[in-house]
Amino acid sequence: MDGALVVVQLLNGIQLGVLLFLVAAGLTLVFGIMDFVNLAHGALYMIGAFICASLTLALDSFLIAIALALPATFIVGYLIERVFICHLYHRDHLDQVLATFGLILVFDTLVHMLWGPAGISYPLPNWMNGQVNLFGFVDFPLYRLLIIFSGITVAIGLYFVIVRTKTGMLIRAGASNRTMISALGVNINQLFRYVFATGAMLAGFAGMIIAPITEASIGMGSDILLIAFVVIIIGGIGSIRGALIASLIVGLIDTMGRSFLDDLMKLFVSNQAAETSAPALSAMLVYILMAAILFFRPQGLFPPKTR
Amino acid sequence: MFKKALLAAAVCGLISAPAFAADSVKIGFITTLTTGAAVIGNDMKNAVDLAMEHIDSKMGDLDVEMIFEDDGFKPEIGKQKTDKLVKSDDVDFVAGFIWSHVLLASRKSALDAGKFLISSNAGPSQIAGKLCHENFFSTSWQNDQTPMAMGEVLNRNGVKNLYIMAPNYAAGKNMSAGVERTFNGTIVGKDLTKWGKDAQLDFSAELAKVKSSGAEALFVFYPGKAGGAFIKQYQQSGLSETTKLYTVFTVDAISLPKLQAGKLEGVLGSLATQFWSPDLDNAQNKKFVSSFKEKYGTYPSFYAAQSYDTVFLIKSAVEAVNGDLSNMDGMRAAMEKADYPSVRGPYSYGKNHFPIQNFYLREAVVDADGNWTTKIVDTIYENHQDTYVSECPL
Repeated sequence: MDGALVVVQLLNGIQLGVLLFLVAAGLTLVFGIMDFVNLAHGALYMIGAFICASLTLALDSFLIAIALALPATFIVGYLIERVFICHLYHRDHLDQVLATFGLILVFDTLVHMLWGPAGISYPLPNWMNGQVNLFGFVDFPLYRLLIIFSGITVAIGLYFVIVRTKTGMLIRAGASNRTMISALGVNINQLFRYVFATGAMLAGFAGMIIAPITEASIGMGSDILLIAFVVIIIGGIGSIRGALIASLIVGLIDTMGRSFLDDLMKLFVSNQAAETSAPALSAMLVYILMAAILFFRPQGLFPPKTR
Repeated sequence: MFKKALLAAAVCGLISAPAFAADSVKIGFITTLTTGAAVIGNDMKNAVDLAMEHIDSKMGDLDVEMIFEDDGFKPEIGKQKTDKLVKSDDVDFVAGFIWSHVLLASRKSALDAGKFLISSNAGPSQIAGKLCHENFFSTSWQNDQTPMAMGEVLNRNGVKNLYIMAPNYAAGKNMSAGVERTFNGTIVGKDLTKWGKDAQLDFSAELAKVKSSGAEALFVFYPGKAGGAFIKQYQQSGLSETTKLYTVFTVDAISLPKLQAGKLEGVLGSLATQFWSPDLDNAQNKKFVSSFKEKYGTYPSFYAAQSYDTVFLIKSAVEAVNGDLSNMDGMRAAMEKADYPSVRGPYSYGKNHFPIQNFYLREAVVDADGNWTTKIVDTIYENHQDTYVSECPL
């Protein structure tokens, strides 16, 4: 174990965290501001990946494909909100869970029908495939560095919109007291529609940028959704800042756990025991943290000051 | 009066109905038809459908009824489906099984019901050893054999240190144990990654560890969709210059078309070991590969080859007893001879009913039509038997 490995694993952890943030941001906004449990968020992550995959293969350019797939996912999110979600705001959470769970199944089968069961693998442009030398002693894949930068840019952009613009102020006010805002003449329904669609676009963006590494495949939405919920519970529901900090924590714990837990355990137990239990334990660490947060600080680390 | 006549007529009708003998062979085939691993299941189903066409859905004078079931990549569902096949469908043979953990969970249900259990893929060490059973047959291999052949290849290529990566379940552990058994150098690191329906697909942390360990070779086992993801990340991590890739069950006719579509040329030239390859030169294999390509447009995978053999193995048993399916001993004796045209060429069975067969070294190449496939470059083991047969009490 040397310094270079630790730095690389830290960066890997941050990259995972940034990806989780993109998914969790949309989820926490919808849950916190519109009080809507959206299980279909993972399906939007998957759809973004597949749309981008098809466009990349058709147009032979990854960047153009992303530029086109982003508005496409925004439109898909908008349509879903318009057709299904808006009828469910007044229902209780269980009804919302059932409806959006049904949506997951519908989307999985839709993707299966349109793209087949095998998933799609698509290449990155050659210049993105290389390594970059950081701090003089660490080689890190360039593409993962780009993921980190794009995630941080999105985080800064979100902060700017929510805290510094009028739209952001309307969203925060609507979360605080929806009826009062519509009494003031703001079309709160249209506003929430855009929030939902933006969340969908963010999740789709996350899917688009991770799929060149792990392939676009049918189950991918459900895998990420579970962790995303854990992230927003740890961070505080409705808080973007909480989602960012929590996703970085979760990403780092998961990656550092996978990297160093087996070596750490070998100090206490036999090699055989360490090798078989370390992967299971490192997968559990994140959930143990969530349980601890729910026990000691159930409102999350950075609960928003609404209601 | 009229009612009585009607009742009498009905009873006569029932009595005069002929007594039915078994005039069909029922085979239950369990594979994964949903989840991302459905690509494998579909390949196996395609091979079985092709075999049924080639035998005209008949074995001897009996019609064949093939019932496909989906295990959803979960042991508990595999067991439920096995129970359904033996109890409510009353099949004569239970076959299939991609995953070792699903097979281990389902074996008792099939064997306790007195049915033949035929594995068309999974080969866990437990069933080759202590849990061996006279009614179990494999048309594939025992998990450890293919990686043992790879360990032999590593020795021949003068590799001194090795890093191992495999998924954390029964077969992953077998693969790791297999290569460790025959490899003479040092294992500088081993990572068993999370597996199952939500398997770990991002290997950034593990690949960073491989790089930092300075290993000259990397041995991996990642079947299904994890294989494509792994190879991509291996290429992106820049390891191909320092650490050569040796795989088992990762580079095959299922992952190669996707890798080709994604232009991942790093996989060409990589080496893998297997008991079979599409270019193996015998009459049955040539017929199988060419008709598979004609019907489905792609090369068959080894999963397909094993499933195709399963149908012919069962056929040899049914024909040997002239369709008398109650003659279990006769069918067993016939299957033990392995006297049917197999796509791997002639082979024999050990007492644990696992094949004693050759293992070859395969390289990923581009064929004459520009499709990516694998080609045999060397024979590593001839008539190799698995190491667990000595633990089998039969």
